[in-house]
Amino acid sequence: MEVTLKIFRYNPETDKKPSYKTYKLDAIEMDRVLDLLEKVKGYQDGTLSFRRSCAHGICGSDAMRINGMNRLACKTLVRDVGSRITVEPILGLPVIKDLIVDMEPFFEHYRSVKPWFINNAPEPEKERFQSPEARLRFDDTTKCILCACCTTSCPSFWGSENYIGPAAIVAAHRFIFDDRDQAAGERLKILNEVNGVHRCHTVFNCTMACPREIQITKAIGEVKAAIATGNLE
Amino acid sequence: MITHQFEVLVVGAGGAGLMAGLYASRTAKTAILTKLYPTRSHTGTAQGGIGAALGSQEEDHPEWHTYDTVKGSDYLGDQDAIEFMCNEAVPAVYELEHMGLPFDRTPDGKISQRPFGGHTNNVTGKPVRRACHAADRTGHMILQTLYQQCMKNNVTFYDEFQAVDLIMVNGITAGVVAIELATGEMHVFHAKAVIFATGGHGRIWEITSNAYAFTGDGPAILMRRGLPLEDMEFFQFHPTGIYKLGILITEGVRGEGGVLINGKGERFMEKYAPHVKDLASRDVVSRAIYMEIRDGNGANGQNYVYLDVRPESVNRYAAQDGRKNLDGSPYTVTGEEILAKLPDIVDFCRVYLGVDPVTQLMPIQPTAHYAMGGIPTNKFGEVLSDEKNTLVAGLYAAGECACVSIHGANRLGTNSLLDLVVFGKHAGLKAAEFVKGASFQPLPDDSTAFARTQFEKIRHADGTENAFDIGTTMKKIMFDDMGIFRSGKGMQNALNVVRELKQRYQHVTVADTGRIFNMEMMNAWELGNLLDLAELTTVSAIARTESRGGHSREDFPERDDKQWLKHTLAWVAENGRIDLKYKPVVITRFEPKVRTY
Repeated sequence: MEVTLKIFRYNPETDKKPSYKTYKLDAIEMDRVLDLLEKVKGYQDGTLSFRRSCAHGICGSDAMRINGMNRLACKTLVRDVGSRITVEPILGLPVIKDLIVDMEPFFEHYRSVKPWFINNAPEPEKERFQSPEARLRFDDTTKCILCACCTTSCPSFWGSENYIGPAAIVAAHRFIFDDRDQAAGERLKILNEVNGVHRCHTVFNCTMACPREIQITKAIGEVKAAIATGNLE
Repeated sequence: MITHQFEVLVVGAGGAGLMAGLYASRTAKTAILTKLYPTRSHTGTAQGGIGAALGSQEEDHPEWHTYDTVKGSDYLGDQDAIEFMCNEAVPAVYELEHMGLPFDRTPDGKISQRPFGGHTNNVTGKPVRRACHAADRTGHMILQTLYQQCMKNNVTFYDEFQAVDLIMVNGITAGVVAIELATGEMHVFHAKAVIFATGGHGRIWEITSNAYAFTGDGPAILMRRGLPLEDMEFFQFHPTGIYKLGILITEGVRGEGGVLINGKGERFMEKYAPHVKDLASRDVVSRAIYMEIRDGNGANGQNYVYLDVRPESVNRYAAQDGRKNLDGSPYTVTGEEILAKLPDIVDFCRVYLGVDPVTQLMPIQPTAHYAMGGIPTNKFGEVLSDEKNTLVAGLYAAGECACVSIHGANRLGTNSLLDLVVFGKHAGLKAAEFVKGASFQPLPDDSTAFARTQFEKIRHADGTENAFDIGTTMKKIMFDDMGIFRSGKGMQNALNVVRELKQRYQHVTVADTGRIFNMEMMNAWELGNLLDLAELTTVSAIARTESRGGHSREDFPERDDKQWLKHTLAWVAENGRIDLKYKPVVITRFEPKVRTY
């Protein structure tokens, strides 16, 4: 089948403003949008620039707006989006070139919740014990690949780049609800600040956008409840 | 040109690079540079587990792990290094847990372990639970945890910097040249010690589980600087890649009771590995699949077979095999348990195949997966420059780009994550120790000249050839003639084609003349790496007239310990010729014997 790809293009070295370019190519239903981008780059226009690596939805490099939805290009098939496909950079982060955005503001928010394990007790010789139930409590949020699909689909983030965003809250959730970690209070305090969880208005865009199917809005709700009650159950 | 100075510079931010950086930075001024963001590294795609004889659920010993790894390597692994790794495995996994890694748990709260190919109870010969896992995203959890620890410890990162050359002065390491992708600017990282942890090069092959980023940058840079590469003819084809796409389906599926089924509906691994069946070593299983297909037993007459993890099948075959739970009750699974234990596999199959593995068969074919060969090192990650094991001052390598050699001719599942953690750590420690007594080498006058020449050539080529075409042709010929089964004739054909492609590559240029994120230029340079490594791999393979582990020759079907119980070292000479030398395998406790599963 013939597919028409309309791609957002911007080269800061030559273009005053962004434009869209259209490419036609042969594809099959099972082709990934990433496969199509590779073909365009390989045969039609070598200047097209985008990030990619694992090509199967684990590394988180190729988050893009595909037909208006935040998705990973490697996890979106022609079958899912049809033969007329518009590809644009994710919103809310500065565009550097074509589909490549500046991820630094995103990672800065991520780092602000101290997304690392904190337990200052002396380490046992073997593992710290944890029950399967306690492990399950934060399982969903361990799946995050930091692709930014969620944060850049959030109207609150579009409205204010200072909002910490869903991905950072997911990262915090993963530690807050890990019963081996000792810094839940510190993280909840950070998330209780003006640019923290309270800017979430439960629009559910993040949950819809997550390529890992993390129940993000639910996780944010749990963090809000923990702040309100001081209870981690 | 911008110059930076660090005592230790790590190239690559996957498991090995992060571990090296974490340890080196404790005592030395250290930076990690990566062409991706650290969390995009390929370690994150590892699924099934990390091997360590914790004995959480049943008896196990590092000695058993050692023997299994030696046997898995088809006796080409160096036994001193293997024993070292398997002993270090136990504290290494506990260390990861202490760093917060969310392993799955046993009912009594210990780290949960599952069976994996080639890992056995050395007394009974039955599969043993040795793979410590976090669902089927163990690599993801290791990568995230190590990156988190690096942030916690304020390790310095240069994200999206492509390393393109190693600077050596009088045979001593002096630093690295890298291109900042965001600006196109060349940077010189002046360093006393450099640790390469750049990963594999599976993108040489058509069907691969490997990321686009796996273009062998570290080995290619070092070979251009006159250093040898070891055992490059040994590349692992993982038995279960998603048909046509090559995306990995973890061995953990078979660990949980999944079985391989041919087009006639038969469970064929019984024929090839009567004792452990579907949990034989990867080389054995991949060959079995290939032979089934060759004998006309592929599914629908095509070149794939099925992996079956439907609960009713798992339960039926488990009953036939007499598989028991630890409490002695018969082993059974439910659909919910499959979903809980293998969520990503279920997701991949649904997304890419439209198949639900809980109710349907998964079409699979072997996929190019892992480089056993690479930059020769000892067990401390120190790079070796010849067959006499001469050290290169200040140069280290760890992870998939290195060849210690612990994987020999075939790697056991779960040993790659272990390799990263153990040898990443030791390379980091050794480099930090080295820099204490070392001084910075004065940089050469024009330290970026060699790298600039490579990029200028691409920029000014006549453009009569297309890089994408060249890459596609290389991948196809390497998969057809340098794949699971090889022959002298086929390999010579592959070599001829690759050499012709290298000529054509001289004509490749780029349409993108900009500086900012010129990915076309970077990809063209990476293709050059793949072509160089494909040639060296093929030359190494043609010379080895035997079959061992991942190197299976139809014209020399037997292992030949008399002639070939030795490591290959391959150099590119000044005139472009590839020279081969050999060095002995270290054998301590296990004399080579016939390998059956």
